[in-house]
Amino acid sequence: MHPKVRIAVSGPGSGAGIAALINGTTDICQASRKIKAKEIDQAKANGVSPYEITVALDALPVVVHPQNPISELTFAQLSGIYTNQITNWKEVGGSDAPIVALARDTNSGTHVFFKEHVVQMKGLSTEDKSLEYGPKVLLLPSTEGGATEVAKNPYAIFYPGLGYVTDEVKPLGIKKTADDPAVLPSLETALDGSYPIARPLLYYTNGEPTGVTKAFIDYCLSPEGQQKVTDVGYVPLE
Amino acid sequence: MWGNCLKGKIAPMLQRGASTATADAGLAKSLRRRWRFGEKAIEGWIFLNGLLAIVVLLGVLVLLLREGLPIFAHTPPWEFFFGTRWYPISEPPTFGVMPFFVATLWVTLVATAVAIPVGVGCAAYLAEVAPTKVRETVKPIIELLAGIPSVVMGFIGLMLLSPLVQSMFNLNTGLSGLTAAIMLSMMSLPIIVTVSEDALRAVPDDFRKASYALGATRWETIRHVCIPGALSGIAAAVMLGVGRAIGETMTVLMVAGGALAVPYSPTEPMMPMTAAIASGIGNAVRGGLQYQALFAIGLILFVMTLSVNLIADRVLERQKRKFAR
Repeated sequence: MHPKVRIAVSGPGSGAGIAALINGTTDICQASRKIKAKEIDQAKANGVSPYEITVALDALPVVVHPQNPISELTFAQLSGIYTNQITNWKEVGGSDAPIVALARDTNSGTHVFFKEHVVQMKGLSTEDKSLEYGPKVLLLPSTEGGATEVAKNPYAIFYPGLGYVTDEVKPLGIKKTADDPAVLPSLETALDGSYPIARPLLYYTNGEPTGVTKAFIDYCLSPEGQQKVTDVGYVPLE
Repeated sequence: MWGNCLKGKIAPMLQRGASTATADAGLAKSLRRRWRFGEKAIEGWIFLNGLLAIVVLLGVLVLLLREGLPIFAHTPPWEFFFGTRWYPISEPPTFGVMPFFVATLWVTLVATAVAIPVGVGCAAYLAEVAPTKVRETVKPIIELLAGIPSVVMGFIGLMLLSPLVQSMFNLNTGLSGLTAAIMLSMMSLPIIVTVSEDALRAVPDDFRKASYALGATRWETIRHVCIPGALSGIAAAVMLGVGRAIGETMTVLMVAGGALAVPYSPTEPMMPMTAAIASGIGNAVRGGLQYQALFAIGLILFVMTLSVNLIADRVLERQKRKFAR
C-alpha cells in the first residue's frame, strides 16, 4: 500500500519506546503499559503530546518448569515470591526447593505492569504501593532469555507473553485471592476477562495520528490487522 | 618522529646532488623546498591525528562529567557509591551503585584468575615449546577468538555454559557472575596470550642458553628464567585482559543474571556496571535522574578502565626498556 514508507522497529521495551517518543526520535511507539503522568509532563516539556491507541490485549501467563508440582498461585503468593518474602516452593505448597524468580529489566513495560498489578496487588484489599521487586529477583534483558531459563531450570518462575507458552514450560492457574477460582491463561479467558493478569497493548503517537501513521493504525484495527494479532499469540480487541 | 627520520635521509641526498651538479643547483633548491613543504604537510597531518585522539578522549570525559555529575545534587556521592538499593523507576527513585560495583569486581576478579594460568601457560607453550609450525597455526586461531562477537559469546554462555555451571556447582540458577566470568576469561584470552607470547619471545636467547648451560631443564628454564624475564610484559598483558573484562557488556548482560542484591559470592546472580548501564539507558529520558545516574556509572567505569590501561602502558614501557640495547 505504501511501498515508500520504511518502518524501523527497535527498542528493548515500553520505557525505551516512550523515552524515544519524548526525545522526538520516533513517530510512533508501542507500549505494554500506560504512559505515566511524569512521562506526559516530560513529553509536554519537549513539545510532544502523547496520543494513546489500544490495538490489542495481552494475557500475561506465569510459567514454571514442567516438573514443578505447583499448579496455581494467588496474587499474594506471587507478590511474596517477587518481593523475596517467599523463597522456597514448599511455602506455597510445592516441594522443598529454592525459588528463582525471573523478571524483565526496567526497560520493559511488562516489568512495570507486573510490579503495579501483581507485586503491589493493584485493586485488591491488600494493595501496597511501597512493594518493590526484591533484590534477588533476576532482571533479564529479554523475554526469550527468561523463557529459555524456565525451560531448563526446575526452580525458576517467570512471566512471558502468551506467545512464549510452549510444551517446555507450564503455565500456572492464577487466583486473585485464595477464594477465587484459579484461571489458566488462554485466548478465551483473556477475552472474557476472567484471567486476572491481562493488559492492553498500546501505541503512542505525537498528537492524533495523520498520514501514513494513521494508515498504519487503521490497518492494525481492521479485521485483517486483528487477525494478525491473534496469529502471533495476542488477544484481539473483540 | 617519522618526519625527522625522513629529513635525515633526504636532505643529505639532495645536498649531494646539488654539489655534484652545480648546473642543477636551482632545480635542487626548488626540489628541496617542495620536499620541505611535503614534509611539513605530513608532519601536520600526523600531528592532527594525534590531537584528534586526545580531543575525542577529552570529549568523552567532558560528556560523562556534564551528564553524570548532576546526579550528585539528587543523591549525595556517599549514598550513590555506597547505597545498596537501585530502584530508578520507583517513586521516589533511589540510586545506589554498590551492587553493580561489587558485581564488576567479582566478575573481573574471577575472569582474571581463570585467564592468567590458561593464558600464560598457552603463551609459554607457544613461545618456548611449540615447534614453529604449531605456533604458526595455533596463534592465528587464538587471535581469531578475539573476533567472535560478544553477543555470540553470551548466547554460548546462556545455552551451554549456564546449565553446566548450575549442575557443577549445585546452584539455584546457572545465570551467575561465575558463568559470566568464565565467558569473559575466554574473551580476554587472545589478548593475554598474544601479548605474553611477544614478551616471552623478547627475552634474549642468551638467557636461555645460559640457563641450559647451568644444567637447568626446559621447565626450569621457563619457570625461573623466561617467565620472570618477561614478567612486566605478562603483567601488561594481564592488565589489558582485565581492561577488556571490565568493559565487556553484552555477555555479562545476557548471562550474569541481573539481580540487584550486593553479591557475596561469585556464584550469585549479579548485575555488573556495564550491564546496569545497558539495561537502563533505553528507557532513561535524556536529562532525567536515571540518565544522570547511568552516566555517573559510566564515569566510574571510565576511570577504572583508564587507570588499568595506564598501568598496563607503564608496565609495557618498562618491559621495552629492560631489553633495549
